[in-house]
Amino acid sequence: MKRPGLPLFLQRRPYRRRRKIDAARLLPVFGAFLLLLPMLWAPPEGQGRDTGSDGLFLFLVWAGLIAVARLLAPSLTAEEHRDPGGGDG
Amino acid sequence: MVPFNILVAVCLVYVGLLFLVAFLVERRANARALPWLRSPLVYTLSLSIFCTAWTFYGAVGYAVRSGWEFMTIYLGPTLVFVGWWWVLRKLVRIGKTQRVTSIADLISSRYGKSNMLGVIVTVISVVAATPYIALQLQSVTLSFAVFASTAADGGPMPDKAATALWVAVGLALFTVLFGTRNLDSNERHLGVVTAIAVEAVVKLVALVAVGIFVVWGLAGGPADMMARIEASPLSSWDLQPGRWVGLIFLSAAAVLCLPRMFQVMVVENVDERHLATASWAFPLYLFLMCLFVLPIAVAGMDLLPPGTNPDLFVLTLPLAQGQDGLAMLAFLGGFSSATSMVIVASIALATMVSNHIVMPLWLSLRPARAVSGDVRRIVLLSRRLSIAGIVALGYAYFRLSGGSGALAAIGLISFVGAAQILPAMLGGIFWRGATRVGAVCGLLTGAGIWAYSLYLPSFGPDAVISARLMTEGPWGIGWLRPQALFGVEGMDPLIHAMFWSLVLNATAFFTGSILTFPGPVERVQGAAFVNVFDGEVSAGGWVRGAATAEDLLILSQRILGGDEALAFFEAEARMQGKAGPLPDPTPGFLGALERRLSGSVGAATAHAMIAQTVGGAAVSVEDLMAVANETAQIMEYSARLEAQSEELTRTARQLQQANEKLTRLSVQKDSFLSQVSHELRTPMTSIRAFSEILMEGDMSPEMARRHATIIHDEAIRLTRLLDDLLNLSVLENAGVQLTLGLVSLQDMIDRALVTAAQTRPERRFTIHRDPGCEALYVTTDADRLTQVFINLISNARKYCAAPEPELRIAVRQRGGRVMVDVIDNGRGIPEDSQALIFEKFARLTDETRAGGAGLGLAICREVMTALGGSIAYLPGQGGTAFRVTFPLRLQAAA
Repeated sequence: MKRPGLPLFLQRRPYRRRRKIDAARLLPVFGAFLLLLPMLWAPPEGQGRDTGSDGLFLFLVWAGLIAVARLLAPSLTAEEHRDPGGGDG
Repeated sequence: MVPFNILVAVCLVYVGLLFLVAFLVERRANARALPWLRSPLVYTLSLSIFCTAWTFYGAVGYAVRSGWEFMTIYLGPTLVFVGWWWVLRKLVRIGKTQRVTSIADLISSRYGKSNMLGVIVTVISVVAATPYIALQLQSVTLSFAVFASTAADGGPMPDKAATALWVAVGLALFTVLFGTRNLDSNERHLGVVTAIAVEAVVKLVALVAVGIFVVWGLAGGPADMMARIEASPLSSWDLQPGRWVGLIFLSAAAVLCLPRMFQVMVVENVDERHLATASWAFPLYLFLMCLFVLPIAVAGMDLLPPGTNPDLFVLTLPLAQGQDGLAMLAFLGGFSSATSMVIVASIALATMVSNHIVMPLWLSLRPARAVSGDVRRIVLLSRRLSIAGIVALGYAYFRLSGGSGALAAIGLISFVGAAQILPAMLGGIFWRGATRVGAVCGLLTGAGIWAYSLYLPSFGPDAVISARLMTEGPWGIGWLRPQALFGVEGMDPLIHAMFWSLVLNATAFFTGSILTFPGPVERVQGAAFVNVFDGEVSAGGWVRGAATAEDLLILSQRILGGDEALAFFEAEARMQGKAGPLPDPTPGFLGALERRLSGSVGAATAHAMIAQTVGGAAVSVEDLMAVANETAQIMEYSARLEAQSEELTRTARQLQQANEKLTRLSVQKDSFLSQVSHELRTPMTSIRAFSEILMEGDMSPEMARRHATIIHDEAIRLTRLLDDLLNLSVLENAGVQLTLGLVSLQDMIDRALVTAAQTRPERRFTIHRDPGCEALYVTTDADRLTQVFINLISNARKYCAAPEPELRIAVRQRGGRVMVDVIDNGRGIPEDSQALIFEKFARLTDETRAGGAGLGLAICREVMTALGGSIAYLPGQGGTAFRVTFPLRLQAAA
């Protein structure tokens, strides 16, 4: 819904912040995709899945998610009180 | 081996330490001297109650049974926290603005402060949490037993039931002491939260220590550990896609819906910014908790005798290796996990039970006491009894179930129960169309299916549900079998129950919502929840009632306490601009008061109490509409004002332009007046001078005739000037008579060129024409139009300063209009003069004037207007250019 009174275009800083919010929103979606990915890997013929490599992959994805969230977190809170959200870009 | 007595002593010292931490923090917090307590670190650590004894002991057992599947339980919460911008941020903000005290309060408050919903959520939560609390008691008991059995000479073998009882009593005591010390209007328990944070550190350190011991002590480092994993029975595992997706989703739902998680995440949150830190720090905590689970599992299977309970590897492995200190640490870690979960869960559940079941009952049983008597005491008492009751329920479940079943199974069953709140919660904060009826339908459907297909069967065959019913269905109806609903067979029982309960829950919620119409309070709350980031939306749904501020003060004093209530009323009165302690009972004030009270007793009870005092004058649909109309009117009014102000700006700009033009014209007129006097004066002077000479009479007739000729010429010049002025005045007053006729355009231009050639005849002009285009017959006043052409061409002859002057005449026809462009190769007219040249008496510079009175173009303009056309300066043609436009067929004016 269009809310009247909000600017259509933003300055550089608020614009960057909006894009960081977009990134924060997409992060769990990418995370979910990567964590569900092992389901698509077919195990080798006649045996179970390889515990070692699967575990390595899962822990790497997990660490990656933590790292990206760590990068995004400070800038999302820093300006929250100045910008109550609103328009899109 | 650790003697059992020492173990008990260490336990007691540890518990004493926790008491001390909680006590000190509470005391210092009152003095507001502990800023670090309000740091994101404490908040993140307190979230770790997600990791209960189930994680601490159970994860290793789970890994032995299903490989990496144990990780799903921590991947779901990771996704929820990494995606905090979606849900958690909104939950926390709503929790703050609405002063939500529990998840039941959130649901009840969202759906019109309905106490029925509060009761339903409370019952689901208590039923789901009871086995979970029993599980914690069981894990503590089991870990005690492990130590006792390895230390046969350490003292008497403890009785399992007795151990559990002592633990339960101790936990209840701690929780009552620090969880209900005061009736905080924010429902925050700083002491408890800090103690929980300490316990979080202990369990992380313990698990990581055991892990490090396994990887670097028993194995030769990470590489060797990988080799051991490859060599162990766990080298390969089986990923069941259904369970993998289902469990990640389930744990994500649980982290949002478990009452204890809601308590630490939303209710105990001090600062919204802490959530941003927790968004990566809590996943990191979970990551570290999971990192060493598989190595411990592999080492346990390697080194311990077959048949050892894998759920206790964390404890038995160090014991078997003779690492008594490490075992003690592991024991304390497990103990911490269990106790912190029980403490927070019982606080959260007790708040719900007390606010939604005990208090409403008490208020309805003794309505008279609601108006007198001290409510605070009653609330605190009911909280304490509820805590004791909930811990007692857990203990009873533990005794009845006999401590059976793998730990993980009970935990997941509890998760599915809590997840039933998810549709109502997410729908409530994102969808304004969600209604109370929909939420009730969804919750009852989901909880019913969960109980029927998962919870009750978990007690074992023939315990509650008979084995025959399980295999054949009720009354022999096959598609109603608890673990094969609607004929879906072969699914994992847990995923089957989760799938059907949540699908039907969400369907019932949605259907109920779209078919019913929400009440007014519900709609106010719906808007306040969904649009929480748009600022204050509602005044709380009150209209000015019959209550006096004094009645309300009496009521609030009994809930908030004398000083706090008075301070609140005074602040509100100051905001209304009133002196003295009593504000007007405006809707806004009633809303603020209700939110304040709901922080202590929950939204539904607070609403009911104020309604009782005010006389039930809650808002109606008509009031809502009135408020909405008022807002709409204000918005419309402001939009109108905006439009008006824009129009004013436009008018002001036009006026300014007009004013500039007038000023320039006035200056011009002044200069023209002096010029026209000069023009008139020059011929007059020569006429007077020559006539004086003639009067003297002393001259030859030839001289006399020459002088008379000069006088005559000058008189003609004067007449022409006066004719021009008269002509213009006639044209301007629209008194002109047109003689229309069909004439050739070419003829008119020919005539004009011939006539204009008399102006400065010494100049030779190269004329460019296009006879083909000029072959047009037009209906117009030929004399007038020719006069315009003559004017333009003579102007060009007069003013064109080029050494080899050229003149181009271009004719074009567009539709019913003809355009004639007259273009020379002179200097053109500067842009700032272009607006003025058609004005009367306009002249450019004095040096280029050649006897004209500055009336030519003004006359042209008037003529063209009379002929239904126009004349305009045409810029950008490489010289001075004018465009004359007129209709091909001019109709005579009726």
